Amino acid sequence: MIKFTLKRLSVAIPTILILIIISFLLMYSAPGGPFTSERPLPEQVLKNINAKYGLDQPMYIQMFNYVRGIVTDFDFGPSFRYKDRSVNDIIAQGFPVTLKYGTWSFVIAVLFGVSLGIIAAIKQNTFLDYFAVGFSISAQVLPNFVMAPILVLIFTLWLGWLPGGGWEGGKIQFVIMPVIALSTSYMASIARLTRSSMLEVLNSNFIRTARAKGIPKYKIIFSHALKPTLLPVISYLGPAFVGMITGSVVIDMYFSTGGIGLHFVNGALNRDYSTIMGITILVGCLTITFNLLVDILYAWIDPKIRYDS
Amino acid sequence: MKKIFSIIFSVSILAFVTNVYADGHKHPVTGELLADDQTFTYWALDEHSSIDPQIVEDVSGSDIIRDLFEGLLNQDADGNLVPGVAETWSANDSKDVYTFNLRKNAKWSNGDSVTAHDFVYAWQRAVDPSTASPYSWFMEIMSIKNGAEAISGDVLPSDLGVKAIDDYTFQVELTASLPYFAAMTTHATTFPTHKGVIEKHGSDWTKPGNMVSNGAYVLTEHVINERLVRERNPMYWNNDDTILEKVVALVIPDENQGLTRYMAGELDKGPVPTGQFKKLKAEYPDQAVSFPRLCNYYYTFNLSDSGIEAFQDVRVRKAMAYAIDRNVITEDILQAGQIPAYTFTPGATAGFDVPSVAFSKMSQDERDARAVELMEEAGYGKDNPLSFTMIYNTSEGHKKIATVMAQMWKQKLGINATMENTEWKTFLDIRGKQDFEIARGAWCGDYNEASTFLDLLTTPSGYNDGKFTNAAVDKLMTDAKTAGDSTINYTTVERILAAEMPVIPIYHYAGVFMLNKQLKGWPFDNVEQNWYSRNLYKIAK
Repeated sequence: MIKFTLKRLSVAIPTILILIIISFLLMYSAPGGPFTSERPLPEQVLKNINAKYGLDQPMYIQMFNYVRGIVTDFDFGPSFRYKDRSVNDIIAQGFPVTLKYGTWSFVIAVLFGVSLGIIAAIKQNTFLDYFAVGFSISAQVLPNFVMAPILVLIFTLWLGWLPGGGWEGGKIQFVIMPVIALSTSYMASIARLTRSSMLEVLNSNFIRTARAKGIPKYKIIFSHALKPTLLPVISYLGPAFVGMITGSVVIDMYFSTGGIGLHFVNGALNRDYSTIMGITILVGCLTITFNLLVDILYAWIDPKIRYDS
Repeated sequence: MKKIFSIIFSVSILAFVTNVYADGHKHPVTGELLADDQTFTYWALDEHSSIDPQIVEDVSGSDIIRDLFEGLLNQDADGNLVPGVAETWSANDSKDVYTFNLRKNAKWSNGDSVTAHDFVYAWQRAVDPSTASPYSWFMEIMSIKNGAEAISGDVLPSDLGVKAIDDYTFQVELTASLPYFAAMTTHATTFPTHKGVIEKHGSDWTKPGNMVSNGAYVLTEHVINERLVRERNPMYWNNDDTILEKVVALVIPDENQGLTRYMAGELDKGPVPTGQFKKLKAEYPDQAVSFPRLCNYYYTFNLSDSGIEAFQDVRVRKAMAYAIDRNVITEDILQAGQIPAYTFTPGATAGFDVPSVAFSKMSQDERDARAVELMEEAGYGKDNPLSFTMIYNTSEGHKKIATVMAQMWKQKLGINATMENTEWKTFLDIRGKQDFEIARGAWCGDYNEASTFLDLLTTPSGYNDGKFTNAAVDKLMTDAKTAGDSTINYTTVERILAAEMPVIPIYHYAGVFMLNKQLKGWPFDNVEQNWYSRNLYKIAK
């Protein structure tokens, strides 16, 4: 298992480096720059700004300095757009926000999604099954940019129960709507995955054997069927979790949470090179870490994978 | 007897307290009953770029800086100059040396006195290449001696033509006579900054807790892309006249959501999404407001060598400008009090007489008929249609206007205009490189004077993306800088523009927003919309 983990880790570092190089190249190939504006800056002013941010250097030197800054000082550089702030500041302030609503969304999506999927599978072709399938299909086709305004309309304008947006340090009333809007479609996917996986497992030979032995139904489900059922779900959960905790531009924009998702999109639109790079690296690292965790979990659940590797 | 005295005493104390309480809750000038909660919460579309006066470059940042800092002069509700840190100011006869006498009771929020040395420091900091201020050019157009040289690093920032004659006298030396120089000191770039604090905290000096400022409010909270809170500064010299206790800017990057939150009572000032003003005005007549702004919206022809040949023909340019029915755009699409434009400079600009240029006097039918004639003269018509691509940056509003314009050209002149939209930075890149045929443009004045618009169409202007060149315009605009009264120069330039039509003016902006009817003191008549929270107040319901 340790060998397996180390092997995966050794691939992670070059992956991050390749990610940095490709992102850098893509970023610089986009037309315009961080200081392109409706009022083009006079040549001398632009020269001073480029000198301050090191943009007057050749690209490979910029890239080298950038990587060196991260490795030696853990410094992701200054933001070109928010000139009073560094990218470290932006991530330090935005990431905990997304981490909070992302984690809650994840927990709720998994709990409700898995439960719904199991219920639908064991009560196949009953009202409960139709309800679960109907719910998950409608939740999946209802994107969060439709869901968010509907929630605000109901809970803020009509009922007056919840604030229409903001974060205020993550007080519960500010977290509820972002979590509902973000978790429903994930919940739906998890429910459908769990249902189909559970149905497949319930029809397999070892379950039939267990039934023939007269093991109680709840025991069959929780002790025998659940573990193999969750295998495909787990492979979905890794990237889904990263997706949730690295933020959603719709949630950040609509609920003004101050999360990291909006910075990612704004960074690209504003050509805020250092912010895009910082968040790309963060998302990259998280994706690699969670994919690794999923692999380890997989290996733990399924001995076949462990022995093959 | 003792008892009676004690009753009389208690009653008089109670009467006194009640009286003070009641008076304390009335506006000292208007006598209106004030609300208990003096918090003003407003909508901001985007996070500001900076709250460092020498670095800031956007309107939302400047709005905050006017609360946190105070410059030499301020503007009143009508946009007139009023004393700020400077109590009085004067210029020599040739208007190239300005002297400001500072008040002695102005203090920084840490208790230090605000002196002329703080202004010297801030102005030198603005031109210092190591500050890399994106607005350092503003110091250059203020014509301060050695301004341009300091920005380019040819002389030291300490050689800038500013000095502290004593602690409370600040003097500026200019390279040319500039009659409107004093008005330029209301701009955030010129506000003082505290040297000790900046040297101590470096780039972190603008964070809450570190920042020391001299305005009516101090920074207490800032969460990027969420909120910025400022609260009353007890050290401010005129703190007694300040009524609002707390000002909160909430960043809501979606206009519709901003309006929803205004409706939910979370905001005192909220947005009006495009096309919704009429409906909101009908429903909330005392909350939906509209007033003229110092901004224009236009399309510019590419007149450089990379443009198409047809646009070199003034008849084509004029025909296209005439064929646009501006009333359809302002009344049917925008619907928020925007003004159809026939000149580049908005009519609301101070000291600008809107000239009656030829096509502004005609009816739309006459303009259309003339447009057809001009196109025929130029050799184009429905059997030989002109084709080109018009570009604009991605936005629903721009798209609607472009669609209507293209349709009007098609129907009236048989023109085939292909619409093309790109995201903002790509659009700017294309336009700046003259890689277009006709492009959308808009400009908001930096100060309330026609040159802030008309300079755009002079040959040396870095903003002249259409590369229009006209010697007469260049000369008139150069002369205007030193003329006692430059009104005639500006109207003449507008006449030349109407004859040459390098750009198609479409409309002049209106400021539209929703404003809580309890909030009073908003400076609607200040066309630059420089508002100061310390002049606002909330009345009781």
